[in-house]
Amino acid sequence: MSEKILSRNFGVKDSHTLKVYRETGGYTALAQALGREPAAILDEVKKSNLRGLGGAGFPTGMKWSFIPKNHSGPVYLVINADEGEPGTFKDRYLLERDPHALIEGMIIAARAIKSALGFVYIRGEYVEPWRRFTAAVREAYDAGYLGQGFDIVVHRGAGAYICGEETGLISSLEGKKGWPKVKPPFPAIKGAFGQPTIVNNVETICCVPHIINRGAAWFAGLGSKTQGGTRMYSVSGRVTTPGVYEESCAITLRELIERAGGVSGSGRLKAVVPGGSSAPILAAHEIDVVMDVDGLRNAGTMAGSAGVIVFDDTVSIPEALMVVARFYAHESCGQCTPCRESTGWIYKMCHRIVEGKGRKDDLDTILDVAKRGAGTTICAFYDGAVGPYISYIEKFRGEFEALCQR
Amino acid sequence: MSVQSIAFSTGQLAEVRRLQGLYPDKRGALLPVLHMAQDTFGYVSLEVEEYVASLFGLSPAHVHEVVTFYTLYFRQPRGRHVVAVCHNLSCHLAGAPLILAHLKERLGIDVGETTDDGRITLQAVECLCACEAAPMMQVDDRYEMNLTPDKVDRIVEALR
Ligand SMILES: Cc1cc2nc3c(=O)[nH]c(=O)nc-3n(C[C@H](O)[C@H](O)[C@H](O)COP(=O)(O)O)c2cc1C
Repeated sequence: MSEKILSRNFGVKDSHTLKVYRETGGYTALAQALGREPAAILDEVKKSNLRGLGGAGFPTGMKWSFIPKNHSGPVYLVINADEGEPGTFKDRYLLERDPHALIEGMIIAARAIKSALGFVYIRGEYVEPWRRFTAAVREAYDAGYLGQGFDIVVHRGAGAYICGEETGLISSLEGKKGWPKVKPPFPAIKGAFGQPTIVNNVETICCVPHIINRGAAWFAGLGSKTQGGTRMYSVSGRVTTPGVYEESCAITLRELIERAGGVSGSGRLKAVVPGGSSAPILAAHEIDVVMDVDGLRNAGTMAGSAGVIVFDDTVSIPEALMVVARFYAHESCGQCTPCRESTGWIYKMCHRIVEGKGRKDDLDTILDVAKRGAGTTICAFYDGAVGPYISYIEKFRGEFEALCQR
Repeated sequence: MSVQSIAFSTGQLAEVRRLQGLYPDKRGALLPVLHMAQDTFGYVSLEVEEYVASLFGLSPAHVHEVVTFYTLYFRQPRGRHVVAVCHNLSCHLAGAPLILAHLKERLGIDVGETTDDGRITLQAVECLCACEAAPMMQVDDRYEMNLTPDKVDRIVEALR
């Protein structure tokens, strides 16, 4: 089992308070960082091999380095706490149980990118995490950590999965509907309110104080060759002990399922969603894969948000796909035609298949529509829907065919 | 609700200005102010949209576009309590359909409806990201986890 780093205080009483955070070494990294040049902080984060933990796995130090050097206006730091990827719940734990880790990480990150203002975009449904985090921000102001050249605005969303996509989030933060924007320009060049902006996930930024305190080499050594650190795996579905498991990025899926007490239900594994519902599904024989960004990419799926959903062999794959397809149909923002139309129609087809009214050519129609639309839209939402459409049907075609007798 | 009754108090107007001042462009405060408006007026009617638009110098059409995009703004009166059952994947695997059926029967309403006494509005919603405690639901501000029909009964019973 890995050393607990991000979750080390989760079991400690009142871990969300400044008092406990300080008693357990909190804000010591900040003191160090304030004595270092921004470029030195950025370099440390680059060498740590920290990769974004929100979904795309982009190297964090490299992203920070994209902020234009000659920019004279404001630079913003935006934290993505819109956690909405089905099967993911780790940011909720961090916001509720260790909010000061995020605040400390933000102040250090802001120094590296020379930002004076940060926003934390918390999904609207997360009322308790929002209250906890807001209280922690107040404590940090009273203690003088904030308000000394860096301020934090806590922003509440209003219910829309697409606002987790970084440019959709920015639109929403600007007081608009959460429609994603065409990239380039990337947010680091032209982001929130038209200014250079770094968008990072909650967990990504919570890693930063530890990297400063214990060094890039230590952090890099915790993970795999191409991804440093531990990460918080959200494990749910048919496992004995669902929950958040902090493990090395180099853990295999098989080991992770064992950590969560093994397969429940029938006890026999059928399939696993390895990185939130947008990650293509893996069949039972594919679980010896390493759970870092590259390991899962090489296995034809993705690490995504590290939301792991386990299916025992009593789970109906067509029914699961119907539930997933309903989600994408509901959450498509409607901006791009392929996504808006396909998600709706594919959900309807999945529904009729599950009702036993599927037609023989339905499966090929879904695959054809999914494959044509992939990569044609403004953001990656539709690609995230295509992942399950194709993988569920291609890997478990027999189950679908049994329902398509007409 | 009459049009005249739609106005924030002096204290609330000061809060609106404070929120607007936090953002590089005051429009950034639109979502937070709409939350405030909903808490104050019960739901976001067309009149409320118009009022909020006036506080930002925005067109009512822009505010309407925003309000209709998000799921947490109610455009019709809702019950005193909102019960939102997650029906996404992990909750589905853990029996969310059963929980939803139980609630429909017990409350005598369908998803999207409000009980006749105005007590409860029932919803089925996408992932609330508490899959470790599936099946689960949100009751107003609270997450209620690891549901069973019995537990649901006790929770609903306590809502007045
Ligand atoms: C449809 C969609 C939904 C997303 N939802 C989230 C989310 O809930 N939280 C998150 O941190 N990133 C989410 N992302 C990824 C963000 O676009 C972005 O890559 C991330 O916030 C960057 O932070 P990181 O580099 O620290 O991971 C989503 C992406 C897409 C395409």
